[in-house]
Amino acid sequence: MNLRGRVWVLGDHINTDAIIPAKYKFRTGDFKELAKHVFEDLDPTLASKISKGDIIIAGRNFGMGSSREHAPRVIKEAGISVIVACSFARIFFRNAINVGLPVIEVKGINKYFKEGDIAAVDLEKGIVKNETTGIEFKFSPYPSFIMNVMRVGGLAAYRKSLKK
Amino acid sequence: MGETIVQKLFRSKLGRAVKPGEIVVADIDLAYAHDGTGPLAIDAFRELGSNIVYDPSKIRFVIDHASPSPNEGASNLQLKLRAFAKENSIRIYEVGEGICHQVIPENESLKPGMFIVGADSHTVTLGAFSLFATGVGSTDFAEVMTSGKLWFKVPEAMKVTLNGCFKPGVMSKDLILRIIGDVGADGATYMSVEFQGEGVKAMSMASRMTVCNMVVEMGAKNGVFPLDEVTVKHVDTSSLNDKSVFKPDGDAEYATSLSYRLDELEPVVAAPHNVDNVKPVKELEGLEVNQVFIGSCTNGREEDFEIAAKILSRRGVKKGVRCIAIPASRRVFLNLLRNGIIDKLVSAGCTVTHSTCGPCLGVHFGILGSGEVAVSTSNRNFKGRMGNPESSIYLASPATAAASAVEGVITDPRKLIGG
Repeated sequence: MNLRGRVWVLGDHINTDAIIPAKYKFRTGDFKELAKHVFEDLDPTLASKISKGDIIIAGRNFGMGSSREHAPRVIKEAGISVIVACSFARIFFRNAINVGLPVIEVKGINKYFKEGDIAAVDLEKGIVKNETTGIEFKFSPYPSFIMNVMRVGGLAAYRKSLKK
Repeated sequence: MGETIVQKLFRSKLGRAVKPGEIVVADIDLAYAHDGTGPLAIDAFRELGSNIVYDPSKIRFVIDHASPSPNEGASNLQLKLRAFAKENSIRIYEVGEGICHQVIPENESLKPGMFIVGADSHTVTLGAFSLFATGVGSTDFAEVMTSGKLWFKVPEAMKVTLNGCFKPGVMSKDLILRIIGDVGADGATYMSVEFQGEGVKAMSMASRMTVCNMVVEMGAKNGVFPLDEVTVKHVDTSSLNDKSVFKPDGDAEYATSLSYRLDELEPVVAAPHNVDNVKPVKELEGLEVNQVFIGSCTNGREEDFEIAAKILSRRGVKKGVRCIAIPASRRVFLNLLRNGIIDKLVSAGCTVTHSTCGPCLGVHFGILGSGEVAVSTSNRNFKGRMGNPESSIYLASPATAAASAVEGVITDPRKLIGG
């Protein structure tokens, strides 16, 4: 799986309330509607600026806080194709895999990207490249089972694909 | 090599020894979701292609987050939860019964060594009962409803040794905030945080629940207290032959070890906008406060309101300050009514209401205005957590919260209890 897109750089400890404020999940279960509020408390204009295929590069402990699966689902719905961060919070990481949003850990990655750079991620080979600067980073690729979950877009689709 | 508590929990569950990092599949003994995560778990259950709940006797729903519903969107999500519960014979705790992490231990038969998952990050609270409890997302919850099982990576462990006793005005909330401040918001990522030492013995079950509740704020997978004389009063040990089974071995291998003397701790707060931004109360004394919230799954139990009432009944809530007090369950509310604490809180000027998570996460009851400052006994002070990104939240113990309500500024509770 090769992913390529424009980069948004976020900081350390991006929490689940910053990803999607709790109040919205008590108003609707419609993810198209929820995606309009993604990262609202961080930057109210960000949701309208993200386009399909964009990539998030972030610092430490991305997704800390709540277990709400709304967080990775809303990011995916907003069009983000992959998050590369220095590290992730445990529940967010697991939820992201389950919903088919690729999450990649590369220590120190946020120092080598700025907003608007073009990033390319090869999930099978385990390479993240900043195409704007030419610098490249390696990571351990997912085991084949997780790769298959990613290819079909999440655990639910994967389970269905097994039944066929 | 000896075993940590979490290794013993996994060994008891699987019938064999495990090592940190090993991936295992475990039967889940109890799983609960609430109105914030349950509706999405139902969607995920259907997305998985599942039709039949594997064992409804092990599933619970709790309507506690937007409770009673503040808008039609929430009402319809709750209708979905109720309909699914009825259709699948799942027990549902309704509006007003209480917050899930309080209602489950009050009403369900907990056994040491159980594996409990909840579709809420603060499910870690239940580790206070010498069992394995962790938060999961909605798809994982749907998987538990489908198969009754979930995969886990056996975590490494952090040992926190406690000695001595809390001094008056210092509570278990000050301890867990101090620890989070010391290790940072990702200082225990993926670990089992295990509390031990002489200091544990004197800690009540409510205090232990407060401590376990917040281990997720340093990234932990679970928190756990060893099984002792306090635990056995709150759990069913009838099927347990050896009560020492959930104590760590002396030579257990820990990834990290910390040690605290409880008598050396002082009241602290977590300042905006991160839980690990911990400072002694004395550094912030005098900061004006608009709203005080005493409640939540972290600090909404009897002992929390007893100390708050003691402090508040001196002079009452300062004019111009709003003090909201919310018992964590109907049972806690009734106990406080019967022992006169509710009378004291209301007389002091608190707004006391039925059990709900509402103010903690900015759903309803106490959303802050722009520029306002709150002292809250809950567990998160993220920007916008109480509904307004322009407001500031200081997390504190019920004693510090009550003292701050009396003075209208952040206040060291030791000044008001003569400790």
